[in-house]
Amino acid sequence: MSTSTGSSRRVLEKGPSGWLAAPALVFFLLFAILPLLGVLFLSFTKWDGLGEIKLDGLSSWTTVLTDPVTGNALLVTAKIMFFSFIVQAPISLLLGVFTSASQKYRAALAVLYFVPLLLSSAAVAIAYKALLDPNFGLGPGLGLPFLAQDWLGNSDLVLFVVVFVIAWQFVPFHTLIYQGGVRQIPASLYEAAQIDGAGRMQQFFAITLPQLKYTIITSSTLMVVGSLAYFDLVFVLTGGGPGYATRLLPLHMYLTGFKANDMGAASALGVILVVIGLALALILQRLGGKNRNASQLEGA
Amino acid sequence: MEMQMVKLTLRSAAIAVTAAAVSLSLAACGSSGPAGSAGNADSTTMWGLTGGNQPVLQKSIDAWNKAHADEAIKLDFFANDAYKTKVRTAVGAGQGPTFIYGWGGGVLKSYVDSGQVADMSDFIASNPDVKSRYLPSVLKNGVINGKTYALPNNNVQPVVLYFNKDVFDKIGAQAPKTWDELMALVPKFKAAGIAPFSLGGQSKWPDLMWLEYLVERIGGPDAFANIAANKPGAWSDPAVKEALTKIQELVDAGGFVNGFSSVAADSNADQALLYTGKAAMILQGGWIYQGMKKDAADFVKSGKLGYITFPTVSGGKGDPANVVGNPSNFWSISSKATDSQKKAALDYVKSGMFTDADTQALIDSGAVPVTTGIESKLAASPDKDFLSYVYGMAKNAPSFTLSWDQALSPAQGDAMLANLDQIFLKKISPDQFVTTMNATIGK
Repeated sequence: MSTSTGSSRRVLEKGPSGWLAAPALVFFLLFAILPLLGVLFLSFTKWDGLGEIKLDGLSSWTTVLTDPVTGNALLVTAKIMFFSFIVQAPISLLLGVFTSASQKYRAALAVLYFVPLLLSSAAVAIAYKALLDPNFGLGPGLGLPFLAQDWLGNSDLVLFVVVFVIAWQFVPFHTLIYQGGVRQIPASLYEAAQIDGAGRMQQFFAITLPQLKYTIITSSTLMVVGSLAYFDLVFVLTGGGPGYATRLLPLHMYLTGFKANDMGAASALGVILVVIGLALALILQRLGGKNRNASQLEGA
Repeated sequence: MEMQMVKLTLRSAAIAVTAAAVSLSLAACGSSGPAGSAGNADSTTMWGLTGGNQPVLQKSIDAWNKAHADEAIKLDFFANDAYKTKVRTAVGAGQGPTFIYGWGGGVLKSYVDSGQVADMSDFIASNPDVKSRYLPSVLKNGVINGKTYALPNNNVQPVVLYFNKDVFDKIGAQAPKTWDELMALVPKFKAAGIAPFSLGGQSKWPDLMWLEYLVERIGGPDAFANIAANKPGAWSDPAVKEALTKIQELVDAGGFVNGFSSVAADSNADQALLYTGKAAMILQGGWIYQGMKKDAADFVKSGKLGYITFPTVSGGKGDPANVVGNPSNFWSISSKATDSQKKAALDYVKSGMFTDADTQALIDSGAVPVTTGIESKLAASPDKDFLSYVYGMAKNAPSFTLSWDQALSPAQGDAMLANLDQIFLKKISPDQFVTTMNATIGK
């Protein structure tokens, strides 16, 4: 922080040149904003993907908003979001703290934990589909009857199976984020706490957790907003079934657009998805407080 | 300091690996198209389906390309479900193949309505040989508003009730001829620890075969013809409600294998239950014979596989000889193809498909070609019992109803499969199904 000349101080105050954002902005305009406007336009039309695109006023919107399947899809999405967060956040936080220490065996375990992240969602889904098969899967294979449940066919059970498989795939990613976060906490804080006679639990709650505040916000934002985008894994694993039990909003959008060939209604669903995603991201950022870029290390 | 450097390098390496993995999987998504055909924009292209008929089609095209290098066809294969979405998007974007593979019915009609497929009526009229090679009941599925837009390209696929003779012998039972006999078999098989019926419920479309046949047996072909014709309230036909009620009774009785909603037909897990003796019967398409012939050769060869038509329902109006299923698959020719592509395509249709070698290859794979005059070839096949049975079934059927999910518009088909799934799960009542489906009429 030792700036010697006035001009470089001014640069620091103003931040780096705005032109640095230009490439990203152009990219964002071309591949996010422009398609988004296209989707907004399509939501006021009727189009089956083949013929002419006909303007159709609000009819797609009334179809979507009065269809009970849409409400159900929202509910399922909210449930998956809630349970995914409840399951993933504590596990990845604890694993992150555990793997951040420098012992060799922890590093080895960290590598193992990391493996699921390297697999494609489709591969994970296909593997689980085979493992969970009630007749030829893991349960009958190992002769363990309690593993031979109707995992993907029971409407009440399937949601938790999906939450589990999602967690299996994404906990490693969040563990990695937390591991990085914990490693950035200065060792001096812990040394001071030890001198003051704080135990391990006290250190965790008084130092590690508060210091991880922004890591938690980042990871939670990714988890919550990310659960709006779960598609590939659920599509391959259950196809939204049984019935509508795992028909998440993005899946509902896809099936409406590409199976039922109603692009108008699918676009309306897409707009709803974007609005919800933006709102959630904003709320989570607000939770972090206004001056979230301030240092957490004051007084350290 | 050095330690930290190492850590940092490790972390950036990890991030780089992740980024590489992500971009690789993205790239994999993007490159699933037939990139190979890009070399020659004017070459005739054909998209086929993976599965039982894949080697047959490949052989036919290879033979054609060898003899007609100037009219070579570029062939690519796709998996069933992926194909259905991909081809529509591609055709809509003007990137479709010259040969469009289809099932006829509502989907073909949507292509016709938007002017995407060529009218082949003149071609048929000037080539009587082409017309006369097909079974007439199959050929008419490619006709819309009196014009021919699609020609059959492989085998008849009626839905058949298969059974495992071994497990029937075990409990000393006969294959059911009526619905009451079928229901009476359920507790007997359950007592022997065998599931009465296998069902690939996770794939949803196998559920539909039950509804199709029950409605056919109870109400005859008119019940569904009215639905397909978009008559208001057509789903309220009493045959539909009775069929749905019977399905739920069978579910209640434990007629379907435990966890049937977790069983996928796409992975052939449903037929595996039959030939491993875990289930006694399965209602499935004629095409699973090809699959079982490959996966359970001994079971099929030793004659343990039995097959019958769907049982009759007492008081039902439907002719017991009526059939549901897929009459065939079809080739349509893109109306957006260039003249030279169209010419090559029609030349292939005229003299490249259903050659003696093609027909024989289909029969050898365990399928019944949709052509006339093949009785002697069928009789010479090691699978002659099954093949002659299916051929007779298709040829003598007073009515051959196309699978409903293909006959209806895509929007109706999607809603129907999801709601029927709910019927099997007992999440909704037959009345709710009828009300929901009536609301989709005309969509």
